[in-house]
Amino acid sequence: MTLQAVLLVAAALFCVGLYGALSQKVIVMVMMGLELMLNGVILAAGAFWWFLAPAPDGQVLLLIVIAAMTVEMAMGFAVATLLHRSRGSDMTDSATDLSG
Amino acid sequence: MIDILFWALAVVSVASGVAVFVVDSMARATYALAVSFIAVGIMLVMVGLEYIGIITILMMVMEMAIMAVYMVMFMGMNPALMPMDMTHNKRWSAVLAMGTFVLLAAGALLIPWPARVGAPAVDLVASLGEAIMGPKMLAMLTISPVLFATIIAGLVIVNPRGRYDRWGDDLKHRPPNDPLRGGLGQ
Repeated sequence: MTLQAVLLVAAALFCVGLYGALSQKVIVMVMMGLELMLNGVILAAGAFWWFLAPAPDGQVLLLIVIAAMTVEMAMGFAVATLLHRSRGSDMTDSATDLSG
Repeated sequence: MIDILFWALAVVSVASGVAVFVVDSMARATYALAVSFIAVGIMLVMVGLEYIGIITILMMVMEMAIMAVYMVMFMGMNPALMPMDMTHNKRWSAVLAMGTFVLLAAGALLIPWPARVGAPAVDLVASLGEAIMGPKMLAMLTISPVLFATIIAGLVIVNPRGRYDRWGDDLKHRPPNDPLRGGLGQ
């Protein structure tokens, strides 16, 4: 287990999540893509911490990333609920009012 | 032995991540994402991050359970029984994802990473606790109001009685006719 190997796995997770976030229509599936991207970020940050500078500061940074995931999920669920109530849909294509 | 376990977990985490966007059933997709998070959590434990790894596993398993409920609640049908395409712009999404992977992988393999500086503390969980309660307290003090603001924002967004005490977000909607007075503007 080397830094390069862990970073390759983290990059694969990030890119699979990126594909999902860009290609999915259902809002909750888009959120799943974002979660997968953050999953890769957490793994990469953990690897950097262990292989480069294992000071406690790095663990605090990981806690912040996990808190960001929580905020993203909570707001995503709230927006999905609002969209479903107001438009009866959970698709991103039905929420393009601000596009252009 | 460590290497075999790491690569096994790596394959599981990436394969279950791919499965999220391949399987038909929404419930299976959330379970696949939970498996990916569990594999990453175990990998974090393997690099000495016991606390972070365990809370990642616990938090994500609960979050995926909630997500499965949301999926069933909002979808209104089961895609496993009624196959339909829920994607758009697949080709360019794949091109962008592959390009990003090539870029990140090249960076991971080609950058001459420096040697490790310092050694991990004997008790990593205790050192994290001391950092949070000491020099890194500002980070936690910042996260706390952000999480509180998230709770408030979430409640405001999902409240069916929207702005100016009307039903919904449209200002043309009628105000609610409450049997008891005392609401906003009444």
